[in-house]
Amino acid sequence: MTDNKIKVTEVPEHTVEIVTNSGEGAQKCAQLFGQTCAKMGNGVWTVEIIPAEIEPPSRHVTSTSGNIIRFGTEKVTNWGDQSKLVVAFNEQVLLSRHRLHSMQDDCIILLESMWADHEEELIREEYAAAMEEMSSKNYRFVMVPIEEETAKIVDNPQIGKNMFALGILAEIYQRDVSIIERQIAHIFRHKAAKITEVNIELVHHGQAWARENLDFQFNIESVQAEEERVVMNGNQAAALGAIAAGMEICAMYPITPATSVSHELSDIFESYGGMVHQAEDEIAAAGVALGASYGGKVALTVTSGPGLALKSEFLGLAIMVEIPLVVLDVQRGGPSTGLPTKVEQSDLLAALYGQPGDAPRVVIAPRTIEDCFHSMITARRIAETFRCVVIVLTDANLATGVQQFTRPDFDVRWQGEPIDASPVPEGLRPYDWDLETGMSRRIIPGTPGGQHTVTGLAHDEESRVSYDPWSNELGQRMRSRKLAVFQSTLMPPPVYGDEEGDLLVVGWGSTQGAIEEAVDRARAEGRKVSTCQLTFLSPFEPGLKAIFSKFRKVITVEINYSDNVGDPYITEETRRYGQLCWLLRAHTLIDIENWTSVPGQPLRPNDIYNSIIEHIEAIDKGPST
Amino acid sequence: MSSIALSLLDIEGEEIKCFEAEDYQTRVAKWCSGCGDFGALNAVKRLLAKEQLQPEKMAFVSGIGCSSRFPHYVNAYGFHGIHGRALPIATGLKLARPELDVFVVMGDGDCTSIGAGHWIHATRYNANMTALLLDNNIYGLTKNQTSPTTPIGYASNTSPRGSVLPALDPLQATLGVSNASFVAQTADWIPAHLYATLQAAYEHPGFSFVRILQRCPKFTPDVFLDNVKNPDLTELLIHENGVDVPSLEQLYKSRRVHDPKNIDDARALAQRTDMLRLGVFFRDDNFPVYEEVRAVQPVSADEKVVRLNQEFDRYGV
Repeated sequence: MTDNKIKVTEVPEHTVEIVTNSGEGAQKCAQLFGQTCAKMGNGVWTVEIIPAEIEPPSRHVTSTSGNIIRFGTEKVTNWGDQSKLVVAFNEQVLLSRHRLHSMQDDCIILLESMWADHEEELIREEYAAAMEEMSSKNYRFVMVPIEEETAKIVDNPQIGKNMFALGILAEIYQRDVSIIERQIAHIFRHKAAKITEVNIELVHHGQAWARENLDFQFNIESVQAEEERVVMNGNQAAALGAIAAGMEICAMYPITPATSVSHELSDIFESYGGMVHQAEDEIAAAGVALGASYGGKVALTVTSGPGLALKSEFLGLAIMVEIPLVVLDVQRGGPSTGLPTKVEQSDLLAALYGQPGDAPRVVIAPRTIEDCFHSMITARRIAETFRCVVIVLTDANLATGVQQFTRPDFDVRWQGEPIDASPVPEGLRPYDWDLETGMSRRIIPGTPGGQHTVTGLAHDEESRVSYDPWSNELGQRMRSRKLAVFQSTLMPPPVYGDEEGDLLVVGWGSTQGAIEEAVDRARAEGRKVSTCQLTFLSPFEPGLKAIFSKFRKVITVEINYSDNVGDPYITEETRRYGQLCWLLRAHTLIDIENWTSVPGQPLRPNDIYNSIIEHIEAIDKGPST
Repeated sequence: MSSIALSLLDIEGEEIKCFEAEDYQTRVAKWCSGCGDFGALNAVKRLLAKEQLQPEKMAFVSGIGCSSRFPHYVNAYGFHGIHGRALPIATGLKLARPELDVFVVMGDGDCTSIGAGHWIHATRYNANMTALLLDNNIYGLTKNQTSPTTPIGYASNTSPRGSVLPALDPLQATLGVSNASFVAQTADWIPAHLYATLQAAYEHPGFSFVRILQRCPKFTPDVFLDNVKNPDLTELLIHENGVDVPSLEQLYKSRRVHDPKNIDDARALAQRTDMLRLGVFFRDDNFPVYEEVRAVQPVSADEKVVRLNQEFDRYGV
């Protein structure tokens, strides 16, 4: 085949999937591809498909490991809808994607060719059955002798075929291979030079194979950004944000999908004067962080849903004694062990109310990977200013998603001011609350004249255990007051779209990109829909009721469970709402609806779009009764 | 803990403040009369005065229970936390502020039951702090429930027909933990021994675990009655690297020279039930201390920004 027969199609964006058995290198292939696209100036969003097990059985629909890369000429804010091109190392992992409706009807599938005529009969049968099942779609299959071609370069094609696949993708999308080469050299910089050479050779071989054998290419224009940009996932961004915020101790216990924050920190934190303490359990991790914060360090604990549950008593204590603490909760599916590697937004109510007693705290939800970085700085500042607990709620989508953002312009002031350690004047009490604001001076051990015992029991201004009614009332009022004072510093959230209309879609956290894309699509068709993404969940940003009241209908869109009216036993009286919806209904007394979904994966713009249309049409029809 | 009272050096020629034991008491303790906690508090105050510790440079961390009220009564910084979790707080504090003297006060329910996981791991971390287990064999504050150290057969509100399991022995448990560096037992009815044991624990550079046997006057008034009445039922472990109180020789005839460096002997002695043994079972001053092995060089805010910029070069597109 010669070059002039290759048909090049211009497209504004594409979504590519690489699916393999666990351990076959899909992640590395996809990361390199995504980073190359980002470095070329494309907008990028990547999503990991990972089983919870380390190495589940190969060639099985439940063991798919992979990655989705959506990239385009413009900024990409979410994983989009269905994939347009897939590289699959076997038909079983491909079948798992088919069953999840992950691929669009005319998706191009580059499939390993060795299975159709495999020497094992069982494999041939499995292959035939899978292809039969997938024949319901108009997928365009391109058979690729992936292992056979890889074996021309390396002895063991199991290791290395991901780089061959990367070469094919580089050719199809005309990627700048010098960027790939530099990245490979960086990844293997601590290994023998031969390793880098072989990997690059595999990429070149994949390119050559594609040039010879494929008759199509796609061209996605890329425009280099004006400003400097960086590309990373949300957990890396949060870890680096913690350092930029001047945090000094991260106490944690391993839990998916939060752990990689501590991997990043363990790698580099000590060169910033910081340390990661891997505690004996989630509770101790909170305790060590609290103890360090009591001592005057800026401490962080990192966890996910089950760990948040275990830490809850310590969070209550931190709030009671008014010692600053930042908690990063990378949400996954729940309850219990739930979906360890998959996204959900179902820790919201637990984050706000997850322990007995009234325990007011600040809860913020980063919306983008860039937010994951800056939220840590915000969290530190709030925690210290108000002597309170700040919970940062990210999720598995942000944690493992990769996106580029404007390189931060670091400011030393993000690292805060040293704590006032001057002698405590005679008469100043440990909780000398300003009765207006609830604020008081933080006195840390070592401060002359400040000796006192903090206690989780009800206490008076002198921090003495006190069971009298007025001390308890005052303490609760002061701790709550701080939240109101903090809220007074916030601005109303911006509305995306017109400030009035038929429908307002309210979301929080990582769903922003998908919701805005769905809203754009509906608005392009003339629908009067806008959206508003909340970052502060406790306290809410001000002015929500005023914003909401300019729309005929308000719905929340969330990745958590809610009942469908009309299901058995589910009525307007018995229905349970999505978590933000509960809160907003109580907060605004507006009859807010919700559309929620718990598929264990990020929301798709198209599903949100369909929900928008349904809700708008329902308004026009009026009440059904 | 090493004893450093350098702050007393009168460099500026100012008046030297000399602390008496009573200077370390803040307010009257609200324990029942006859409570063993008083003995522990008195011994601690004596120790602080002996070492002339600056009140603002030490912290007492406790959990929940009668004995966990301890910090409120000491003129120092204190953290009266939640049930079973004193040790993680103390560990975090020590990591943050290694220069502070940290004392941990726990009851038997606090340490050996709800906080048992932390107890094992704090022992292994071997952070330089003095941990006191005020063991009266019962839950007192919640009104008479069986604890892990309640003797078998002893009745309580939760075991009205007597505790059904053999009591957990905190010494054996602690001596079984890797990197345990100081394990001692003493009793509130022998104040001189209690004080000498606290002194040795304070001097030890690492995690000093001291079990203090004491009665609860309300719910376990008789648990150690035989030992209190008859000193011959008690054997003192004596050694120059442990505890040796000559003034007790008259009363306590049964004395055994035990080198606390010998872990096998320590475990064997802890296991024997023929006599009550008091003294330092094990001590080794050379084990890794957590805050020392984890010590990091401080980095200035400006330098952090320089390094962050280098780090972000890796992520540049």
